Amino acid sequence: MVERRPALNFLAYAILSLGVVLVALPVYVTFVASTQTFEQIVAVPMSLVPGTELIANYATALTSGSEQASSAPVARMMLVSLIVALTVAIGKIAISLLSAFAIVYFRFPGRMFIFWMIFITLMLPVEVRILPTYEVMSNLHLLNTYAGLTIPLIASATATFLFRQFFMTIPDELAEAARMDGAGPMRFFRDVVVPLSRTNLAALFVILFIYGWNQYLWPLLITTDQSMYTVVIGIRGMIAGGDAATRWNIVMATAMLAMLPPALVVILMQRWFVKGLVETEK
Amino acid sequence: MAAVSIRDVYKSFGAVNVIQGISIDIADGEFVVMVGPSGCGKSTLLRMVAGLETISSGEIAIGERVVNNLEPKDRDIAMVFQNYALYPHMSVRDNMAYGLKIQGREKADIDARVQRAAEILELSKLLARRPRELSGGQRQRVAMGRAIVREPKVFLFDEPLSNLDAKLRVQMRSELQALHQRLRTTTIYVTHDQVEAMTLAHRMLVMNAGKTEQIGAPLEVYSRPATTFVAGFIGSPPMNLIPGRINGGGKALASDGGVSVRLPEARPGLDGRQVLLGVRPEHFEACAAGDALLNPDIDFIELLGSDSLVYGHVGADKTGTRVAARLHTSVVAKEGRLPLRFAAQHMHLFDPESGKRIAA
Repeated sequence: MVERRPALNFLAYAILSLGVVLVALPVYVTFVASTQTFEQIVAVPMSLVPGTELIANYATALTSGSEQASSAPVARMMLVSLIVALTVAIGKIAISLLSAFAIVYFRFPGRMFIFWMIFITLMLPVEVRILPTYEVMSNLHLLNTYAGLTIPLIASATATFLFRQFFMTIPDELAEAARMDGAGPMRFFRDVVVPLSRTNLAALFVILFIYGWNQYLWPLLITTDQSMYTVVIGIRGMIAGGDAATRWNIVMATAMLAMLPPALVVILMQRWFVKGLVETEK
Repeated sequence: MAAVSIRDVYKSFGAVNVIQGISIDIADGEFVVMVGPSGCGKSTLLRMVAGLETISSGEIAIGERVVNNLEPKDRDIAMVFQNYALYPHMSVRDNMAYGLKIQGREKADIDARVQRAAEILELSKLLARRPRELSGGQRQRVAMGRAIVREPKVFLFDEPLSNLDAKLRVQMRSELQALHQRLRTTTIYVTHDQVEAMTLAHRMLVMNAGKTEQIGAPLEVYSRPATTFVAGFIGSPPMNLIPGRINGGGKALASDGGVSVRLPEARPGLDGRQVLLGVRPEHFEACAAGDALLNPDIDFIELLGSDSLVYGHVGADKTGTRVAARLHTSVVAKEGRLPLRFAAQHMHLFDPESGKRIAA
């Protein structure tokens, strides 16, 4: 606040609170729904007081999924999602870190050409190249595999570009000092570049983990086997069409479960973010 | 420790020749300062000794070994960078120990060396800190510590004091001097600051536009500058250079602009020749009008305290030559003419074409 006046303070808090309520309300409704019985949910109006079925609903979701719809247990789907999200995040970071390092610190013929080739792929997101990619994956017999789920998502121009920009802000003298100290390129990478990038790494990890976790279109195409469904696909599968009734309480419990890991990642990595913002070392 | 010899070294970046044939033999334990204006190639030359730049032609040898194709780490040297280049994520201790760790030394040996260097540089209490928790002077010391622990044959300094404030710079300068007296390691030091060069160097290499202007002890460079460039670069304010033709049987100097100066010592051999007469401002003395060698008109005066800088001109106002003199404040008049003289040993004559000193 520029001026310290109680009325202005009150207004600020009111607006902020309103924002929090707006964002939190759907999540709250989801949570409440996930604690009620099927009958309570379909009643109109739905009660906004948490019900009694919390443990039962979550246990059902985790172990057996929604029985009548085509769906695997949510625990299995969460595991698949976790593996996919982690592989995508770590794979992307590993590849882009190394390629950015090569582009910034090595002089080789075609360096800029390669950089621009990588950069141009920014214009071609997964959705645009989805059919040819599917064709390739299918010919490689990678449908319904973790490799098929993750590899096409790993190649990343965005992260490479971000790391390149960051590396270029590291003073050249640091590389030269390392050379004087006798550190080879990979040693310099490991001992200086990676530690200096750690806050960027944390930020990117969070973003990429959520990106991987929330993938919808690609897993939908590449998986036909229920045991390879990610949780995001699974939720869609639980919402039954036709005459079968959708068990909304289980669906809501699954939705809550699906929200947990990204939220956890954000909360756990937040310390690093803040650290990264406070520390201005370079 | 080792001698360093730079033999007819050239460096070009594409079509641009940055270093054009520089040679110098640096003795074991000597402190040599390379000094010159920015862009003269002095840092490039240092980086070639360090192995951070390739050598286009010529040879650089450290000790007996020609190091042209050796990696920096194999040259047994240590370098201190202008912005210190400390690893920001490592503690002071790790910064100093990093090079030794890579060499694969024993932990006890590393600790002992770091401890010793820290004592020399008074860093013992700061070993656990990160560079960002240190002041500029302390960072500078850590950078020196990182060089010391390796016990190299040669120290290379690239404008190490230019990021410090004036007071700290003076302090670090004397610390550097003390350090060199203690370690006696061959040192090459690059700076654009003539005061640093004068105070630190055993010998200095004055560079301009990639070429050597003069190599010599500071006092020699000061009292017998080899070229007009050196005359103007070393000394503050720079040496006065008065163009004119020697006449009167070598006893005076005159120019078309109305400049007229008597020489304290006749140079009959130069009669009729166009020259530049050089006199340092601090070598002028005020005198009686009858003894004056030149009589500049006073333009303005800068009071420095006990001394004053008097700026004036000889000859006509527009076509004459500016002259500066450093005189004791008590003898300085406010305006009018100022009769000045200077001793024969303080007279420098240069060839206006080549800029080279004309030998007596």
